Amino acid sequence: MARKVTTGAKIGWTILAWVVALLIFFPILYALITSLKTEQEAIAGFSLIPSGTLENYITVQTQRDYFKPFMNSVILSVGSTILALIIAIPGAWAMAFAPGKRTKDILMWMLSTKMMPAVAVLLPIFILFRNFGLLDSRIGLTIMLTLINLPIVVWMLYTYFREIPGEILEAARMDGANLWKEIVYVLTPMAVPGIASTLLLNIILAWNEAFWTIQLTTTNAAPLTAFIASFSSPQGLFWAKLSAASTMAIAPILILGWFSQKQLVRGLTFGAVK
Amino acid sequence: MTMKTILLGACSALAFVATTASAETLTIATVNNGDMVRMQGLTSEFTKANPDIQVEWVTLEENVLRERVTTDIAAGGGQYDIVTIGNYEVPIWAKQKWLLPLEGLGDKYDMDDLLPAIRGGLSVDNKLYAAPFYGESAMIMYRKDLFEKAGLKMPETPTWEFIADAAKKMTDRKADISGMCLRGKAGWGENMAFVSALTNSFGGRWFDENWKPQFDQPEWKAALTFYADMMKNSGPSGASSNGFNENLTLFQQGKCGMWIDATVAASFVSNPKDSKVADKVGYALFPSKEGVANHGNWLWSWNLAVPASSKKAESAQKFISWATSKEYTTLVAAKEGWANVPPGTRTSLYKNADYQKAAAFAAPTLAAMDAADITKPTVKPVPYTGGQFVAIPEFQALGTTVGQLFSAVIAGQSTVDDALAAAQATATRDMTRAGYIK
Repeated sequence: MARKVTTGAKIGWTILAWVVALLIFFPILYALITSLKTEQEAIAGFSLIPSGTLENYITVQTQRDYFKPFMNSVILSVGSTILALIIAIPGAWAMAFAPGKRTKDILMWMLSTKMMPAVAVLLPIFILFRNFGLLDSRIGLTIMLTLINLPIVVWMLYTYFREIPGEILEAARMDGANLWKEIVYVLTPMAVPGIASTLLLNIILAWNEAFWTIQLTTTNAAPLTAFIASFSSPQGLFWAKLSAASTMAIAPILILGWFSQKQLVRGLTFGAVK
Repeated sequence: MTMKTILLGACSALAFVATTASAETLTIATVNNGDMVRMQGLTSEFTKANPDIQVEWVTLEENVLRERVTTDIAAGGGQYDIVTIGNYEVPIWAKQKWLLPLEGLGDKYDMDDLLPAIRGGLSVDNKLYAAPFYGESAMIMYRKDLFEKAGLKMPETPTWEFIADAAKKMTDRKADISGMCLRGKAGWGENMAFVSALTNSFGGRWFDENWKPQFDQPEWKAALTFYADMMKNSGPSGASSNGFNENLTLFQQGKCGMWIDATVAASFVSNPKDSKVADKVGYALFPSKEGVANHGNWLWSWNLAVPASSKKAESAQKFISWATSKEYTTLVAAKEGWANVPPGTRTSLYKNADYQKAAAFAAPTLAAMDAADITKPTVKPVPYTGGQFVAIPEFQALGTTVGQLFSAVIAGQSTVDDALAAAQATATRDMTRAGYIK
């Protein structure tokens, strides 16, 4: 039976939810506000009222080409996500439905690779990229982003797959489905919400990755993270222009997140109630 | 589609690729400074004259640029053909054979026209390893109207005693005017640039001839106490987090009586588009201490160099020759006005009547640059070169650590004695580990 909730409690929780949401969203909002200020206003101190100038957006667009890094961001994030899913779905299937003695250890080991600071392996990775001719190439960076996000993708999918009763897969097998058919026609459709949220989260992670995407690119494969970084200046004011560049860089992913939030929430809470 | 059509298509595609490939593409790594942005805008003039060379720009944040370029050169990545680096890096990298000597700048390139102080800092064994794009020293920028109001007159060679007194007199807390704005933000290139120059002018030094740190000497105590007192009496609130950009804004908004910083700031504070006090700014030489003949020896330049890993050294030098030439200066003047030409690299610029007319800060800038000598940073003998920095690879990390200690003094979280003792201990440990102290 559902618990009775008083109107007062409802209002209280709603206000709290709004406050928390606003707090989380505030840095993005402030970047947007700052992008509409002049450089002098931007650095003058805290203020929520901008003068409304669009000068920064015009400067950003005239100083650097936005389209090329934008396309690189799209290619890298979507490409690495698809590649990660192709590898992770069978992997997570094996771990969820045919676990071995060391499955848990493998999962922990995979996660442990995320615990090492990226800069610790910068030089070896750089030399590998140089030797394979992958520096400043979209292919190289797609592989890199796939590998760094793979542990998270496997973990998420593993969690979702475990919620799916193994009996359904067994039934499919008894009906003569081979492994391929079992994964493609039975498991995947059932796990769509989970896969969708993994896909969205991975796209966001790949879109925002700012270490390797800056370290391993120069011009051809540089995505929006490199575009933002280029507006910081050692001598001269740049906060407003940097905010405009950031707003332009995060806008696409923000819009994607906004439209897919239902799917994202559904996926993230998938399996919470059996 | 027939096989013939496919073949024809493939051939024309190949021909197109071949035509495009015949042009060599230079990749240039740079920082996002006004002068660099201007150079990017004018690149088409270079490519028009050199149709066989294309130019791609990679603009990075200063510290990221150092990190990226260092990784690339050390690992032989060959991603950059030209890199923008400071005069701190040039001698260090040249000695490590990371840079190519610039021997192909052409006959027309007037090398002797380069300011001697700048050229000296970029040469190793009489070979030039980087060409200066713009250079700077440090000087006092002050409000002439506030000076007059306080009944003061700026001497030709001001002393620190006079400056501290003037700063106090100009400070008007009610009107939100601080007599003196100085860097307080921690960093080897931020507060330590100023504090090192200040200490040089007080007769202090970072290390003695045996690389022993000198923070336990009276000159450092006098300099740091002077700096902390001046910031307390006449500095703006929150000075410990102010760097170049923050002070620039304060000065432009009329909130500083004086600001001692890089000469390149002069063009910003005198630009009526951004500065409320553009017509009220005066300039004077970096102060010295009575009895010590030293004006801080602050000297910085942003330079273009060719990394040893570049495979396009010839074209790269062609570009560098163009971007740092007298002709480039004339080009900028024609397109954007004389006040916007990159300063501080060539003697001829300071003899140019048009430049002197357009830039009131020209003569004081030249005087400041002429007063700097990075081969003799301070009056006592030292085993290093530099001015507002020490030209050793370890300085970046050590300078920033010491900068944090000194920034805490300005923030009121530490005392001068404690900060100096901690700096002495840190520097001694770091220099011993690095093998300087046997």
